[in-house]
Amino acid sequence: MEKETHKSDLAIQVRGLVTAFGPNTIHDHLDLDVKKGEIVGLVGGSGTGKSVLLKAIIGLIKPVEGRIHVLGRELSEISDGEQKLFRRKWGVLFQDGALFSSLTVAENIQAPIRENFDFSQEILDEISFLKLGFAGLQPEVAHKYPSELSGGMRKRAGLARALALDPELLFLDEPTAGLDPIGAASFDTLTKNLQNALGLTVFLVTHDLDTLNTICDRVAVLNKGKVVVSGALEEVKNFDNPWVQEYFNGPRGRAVQHKPYQTPAEI
Amino acid sequence: MDQKPWLTVAEAGSEFTIELGGPWTVDFSFDLRNLISQVPDIKDKAVKINAASIKALDSMGTWFIYKITKPLVHQKLSFSITGFSMAQKVLLQKMSRYDVPHVARPTEESAIVRRLRALYSLHISVCSGYGRLLSFIGVVLERAFLTLLHPSRMRLTSLSVQIEKTGFNALFIVGMMTFLIGAVIVNQGAVQLRQFGAEIFAVDLLAVSMLREMAIILTAIMVAGRSGSAFTAEIGSMKVQEEVDAMQTMGLNPIDVLVLPRMMALIIAVPLLTFFADIMGLLGGALMAWNMLDISFAGFFSRLHEIITLNMVLVGLIKAPIFGAIIAINGCFEGLSVSGSSESVGINTTRSVVQSIFIIIVLDAIFAVFFTAIDFV
Repeated sequence: MEKETHKSDLAIQVRGLVTAFGPNTIHDHLDLDVKKGEIVGLVGGSGTGKSVLLKAIIGLIKPVEGRIHVLGRELSEISDGEQKLFRRKWGVLFQDGALFSSLTVAENIQAPIRENFDFSQEILDEISFLKLGFAGLQPEVAHKYPSELSGGMRKRAGLARALALDPELLFLDEPTAGLDPIGAASFDTLTKNLQNALGLTVFLVTHDLDTLNTICDRVAVLNKGKVVVSGALEEVKNFDNPWVQEYFNGPRGRAVQHKPYQTPAEI
Repeated sequence: MDQKPWLTVAEAGSEFTIELGGPWTVDFSFDLRNLISQVPDIKDKAVKINAASIKALDSMGTWFIYKITKPLVHQKLSFSITGFSMAQKVLLQKMSRYDVPHVARPTEESAIVRRLRALYSLHISVCSGYGRLLSFIGVVLERAFLTLLHPSRMRLTSLSVQIEKTGFNALFIVGMMTFLIGAVIVNQGAVQLRQFGAEIFAVDLLAVSMLREMAIILTAIMVAGRSGSAFTAEIGSMKVQEEVDAMQTMGLNPIDVLVLPRMMALIIAVPLLTFFADIMGLLGGALMAWNMLDISFAGFFSRLHEIITLNMVLVGLIKAPIFGAIIAINGCFEGLSVSGSSESVGINTTRSVVQSIFIIIVLDAIFAVFFTAIDFV
């Protein structure tokens, strides 16, 4: 009984996850917890399977072994009919935005809404322009096609689409990579504001030390197929592991001072 | 969750109270929009908004609450919100930043104007397309000539891989197809010729049509569909991924690396495939003749021996390398003209196949007239 109540506090629970591509094992009995209302940053060297872990959690890659619970449900146990209802509680931002290239930005944002609701065009426009603003894009971008946008703008448009249905749980794959520092900072602020006000849970893969410093409640480090440490940034920084030490206490890691998040009203 | 959001308005003296409740989420956008339009114009009154009964709130809900407060802020009325956390109040305040005028979609022209414009741009794009194809052929031939002067520059690995993909792997389907067509020609020919008691001429019909036209046309169409489309799609997605640009910055000429091996491969593979198609077509005919006309294989082939001339085989085979080159150049040209989106890979692939087949049939007609004119039969 106690275990059940504990479980309901978790947005994501991964136990004993093993994934492999052919003979290459990517994750070797990996465990990970993300509590509800928390922003968790996943870091790890290139090729350690950060994006693969994200894809396994959202159900795009079938694990060889292990259990993955998202919002208290195991994905493989959910029927196809329920999947649609269940999946609309999440938003996913892929590395390159993954916009549908035959639709305009506004139509991209409206696509998940149309799929779930029968709203008039005015309401669709209202939602999509709000989300464009959230993502920091000018309203003029709405009627452009993805091929007419820069890489950073495509990423923002992807974020706007991920936010379209007001998900409880947001998965972001390198959200600030390729954004200018101003855009990256405003992204951090927005994510923190949404988390504070609406209790959004965010799981993000990132290399951005600023993002880790300013908005992440917890940081999980992926190394050699396992989450070697997860906790508040200060704890992780002091963790005794050569890779972790090099990552956080190397020249770049030290350059970013630990600045706790300012109250949003001041920014 | 099926409970709907609600909003009540109460006026008491100089105070106005708006109470909100139920789920204020994106799911109920339609209801929320109607609800907020029920809020009357308020003038010179203090306003209290009580959000304590709100069951669920998301950013869309916050947006609609912002729209209630917007005219109040505008008129500088004093208002207060209860039942909101500090963070939620902050989010509510922030909403004004996202309150931008909507940009309308560029209006479309009337259907007639649009059709005419499409026809015009189709005309332009077809003409300039063929123009650009011609200049591309020129560039490719120039590079091919330079490579012939320095044969060591030829990329043999790439060439042999392409020959395997476009030639060897196509053997089964090309053979199968011409075998069946050969059988059908004998079958249908015999039915017609039987009326004159000239069934044996079905063999002549088969030999002439298969060797001169059918084998090469069928092979070329199959190669255009199989390999021409693959060339466009391969090179097109390389273009989308900026691989072609990367190649150029390294000093590699995309024509040398991508186009020439494919063109050489088809120049070699198509004649071989055509010869194979000739044989399979004749075998198909032989089988049908034996089955339907009771002509033994020995009888069939001695009849063939009487009517086939070397020229007849050559008429078919001479065309093969030219068709191969056309398919390869056109396929690569369409691949290299892919722009940006994955959608254009699809459009160009379609165009590559359609255009290749069209050009092949036009060229074949020209060849037929030409060969007759010079008495090469």
